[in-house]
Amino acid sequence: MIEIENLCKSFTLHNQGSAVIPVMAGAHLRVGPGECVALTGQSGAGKSTLMRMIWGNYLAASGTIRVGTLDVTRATPREIIALRRDRLGYVSQFLRVVPRVPTRTVVAEPLLALGVAPDVALARAEDLLRQLNIPARLWDLSPTTFSGGEQQRVNIARGFAHDYPALLLDEPTASLDGANREVVLGLIEAAKARGAAIVGIFHDDAARARLCDREIDVTHFTPKRAA
Amino acid sequence: MKDMQPHTPAHAPDGPLLRVEGLSKHYGARIGCADVSFDLWPGEVLGIVGESGSGKSTLLSCLAGHLTPDAGQVIFETRGGPRDTVQMAEPERRLLGRTDWAFVHQNPRDGLRMGVSAGGNVGERLMAVGARNYGAIRETATDWLGRVEIDAARIDDRPRQFSGGMQQRLQIARNLVTGPRLVFMDEPTGGLDVSVQARLLDLLRGLVRDMGLAVIIVTHDLAVARLLAHRLMVMKDGRVIEHGLTDQVLDDPQAAYTQLLVSSVLQV
Amino acid sequence: MNAPHHDPDYNFAYLDEQTKRMIRRAILKGIAVPGYQVPFASREMPMPYGWGTGGVQVTAACLVPEDRLKVIDQGADDTTNAVSIRRFFQRTAGVAATEKTTEASVIQTRHRIPETPLTEGQILVYQVPIPEPLRFLEPRESETRRMHALADYGLMHVKLYEDIARHGAIATAYAYPVEVEGRYVMDPSPIPKFDNPKLGDNPAIQLFGAGREQRIYALPPYTAVRSLDFEDYPFDPSKADHDCDLCGASGSYLDEVITDDQGSRMFVCSDTDYCETRRDAGHRGRFSPPEVQA
Repeated sequence: MIEIENLCKSFTLHNQGSAVIPVMAGAHLRVGPGECVALTGQSGAGKSTLMRMIWGNYLAASGTIRVGTLDVTRATPREIIALRRDRLGYVSQFLRVVPRVPTRTVVAEPLLALGVAPDVALARAEDLLRQLNIPARLWDLSPTTFSGGEQQRVNIARGFAHDYPALLLDEPTASLDGANREVVLGLIEAAKARGAAIVGIFHDDAARARLCDREIDVTHFTPKRAA
Repeated sequence: MKDMQPHTPAHAPDGPLLRVEGLSKHYGARIGCADVSFDLWPGEVLGIVGESGSGKSTLLSCLAGHLTPDAGQVIFETRGGPRDTVQMAEPERRLLGRTDWAFVHQNPRDGLRMGVSAGGNVGERLMAVGARNYGAIRETATDWLGRVEIDAARIDDRPRQFSGGMQQRLQIARNLVTGPRLVFMDEPTGGLDVSVQARLLDLLRGLVRDMGLAVIIVTHDLAVARLLAHRLMVMKDGRVIEHGLTDQVLDDPQAAYTQLLVSSVLQV
Repeated sequence: MNAPHHDPDYNFAYLDEQTKRMIRRAILKGIAVPGYQVPFASREMPMPYGWGTGGVQVTAACLVPEDRLKVIDQGADDTTNAVSIRRFFQRTAGVAATEKTTEASVIQTRHRIPETPLTEGQILVYQVPIPEPLRFLEPRESETRRMHALADYGLMHVKLYEDIARHGAIATAYAYPVEVEGRYVMDPSPIPKFDNPKLGDNPAIQLFGAGREQRIYALPPYTAVRSLDFEDYPFDPSKADHDCDLCGASGSYLDEVITDDQGSRMFVCSDTDYCETRRDAGHRGRFSPPEVQA
């Protein structure tokens, strides 16, 4: 489902003497349906960079990133938007939303964007919020006023609203208490079971061990300090 | 890499709504905009960013037919098939301007009739396309005031009694009442308080999604661009120097100028 | 009321021949394009703007020595404005004057259309202060001209919408806008809307002159003229619930006259010739003296 071949990335800092900073070289990754792969490596090794490139957020210098049949490195913005709408989901660590949009709508938005009827989308959103123990009295409020843990759970609910065939998870269990952590792990396991291909960053070792079929140390893709 | 993706409608149509090719406008020897080309599909929001004098407003004026370009085509998929609006006769273009197209000005005073009630402002486009039933016009105006979150009791008040944010929402209602398919926006949140901006952005996102609007929005506010636009065009000295997915352009800018632009603003 | 020959110190009807030709060209163009405002080079006249300089120039361009001229102001032949314009043409053109609508070949009017139906061959000249019906809401002349050119008239209905929103009905009582031959929207000058139905399908030529604004427009005989309205708020010419207290007329436009300090009032025809003609024919109203019939 997700196939990465010979992927390279560098940043050119035009306003700092046009310094070229290579950050990734020769990355390979293959994640099949129902598979969960963890990205490991110390901070700064390029885990987030690789995730961002799969998401289409960072441009690749060379190589290919296939999500389904689409090569993200060569896709047009329209194609990437369509990919993110129905095939590729993403749960980041931070929730950034327009203030004042009610939580229920924030979670239902991915479904509304797919054209799902509002009542169906909102019912699904409420079901997820209930599972993740967000009290119903908060559903009409904007999540911007919530605690960090609550925001994280709203973010997860949003990421799981639609059954994406491919999922990117950036520390999905960080800042969660035991009960909610268990709910999230259950959601991820359910996604695996229905055949989703998952790439994740997990600092939670126990979670990683329980969910992931393989680990990829991105340090191997760090370019050697050449001349 | 942000959570909020602007929406696109699920039912993507089978062709672009607008095709712009080689659009150029010169003011004597000075370049207004040069050789601009892009496609816009229904439901898509295209942001045009750049600093003052970069040509983004000139480009918007040429696209909307307020200025005549020196060269290029602006091909709109009218209900009767594709037409180059640059070559259209003035009456046709104006008809388009009150049916399928809409234009939201930065300053609500430029887009509203300040001496006319809120209901009259919203009703004008309906009357311009032949609505002649007062009750029906008023009902539609009331509905639209509700959609832009203006109390229906204010329908007979004049816009000068409204706050800046309300005036801007009224301008949007006035523009969208005839169900346009393409909306041009020139800094629609400029000059508004941040909290008022958020409300307006949320409103616009909902309307874009529900109506499947195609939008071309000129802004110098990258935060606004990130929340509203699917794609960004970065302009400098009248030329498009970078064009791509909004979050990619903002998070991994390629051109020197874009890098400068992005690094010059506070975190967006 | 026949006048002497015209004062030889003036060219016939005051204006020089070239000017009259220029105005006639504007009039002909106006007749060819009913309701369209034709710009013309308005001249300084020996009277202030607002006193009918536009109408006077149009009348001057139309007059021939055989004409019989009637001048009315708000329906009356004997008000200052009417009298001075009538004298002006008696002196400068030497034409005959009359107060009888039926006898006049040219009628210059301010703010009324005579009650007596006009006939083919007659010319009715209106004095117009502001010819632009869209001016109320769009101050830019360049924009209003474009709106006329493109028949972009949504704004005109906005004015009527505002009336209903504010007053519960279309409160515009005079200068009520009309659409001419399904094309141009026109200001009929500040006549009461009561007179609007007389604009359409009228056998006379109707000419409109605005001196300060330098515009002439026209309705040729038998032109279709429709007063703008909404389906659910149709045009209503409105009629006072009174008959004329002097001649008993039930279908004419009435002026209200306060008759004493106690608030007593009477209603009389604004068209003095119409009222007199009826009284002469024996019609009587509530206040008619019982025994004065000659």
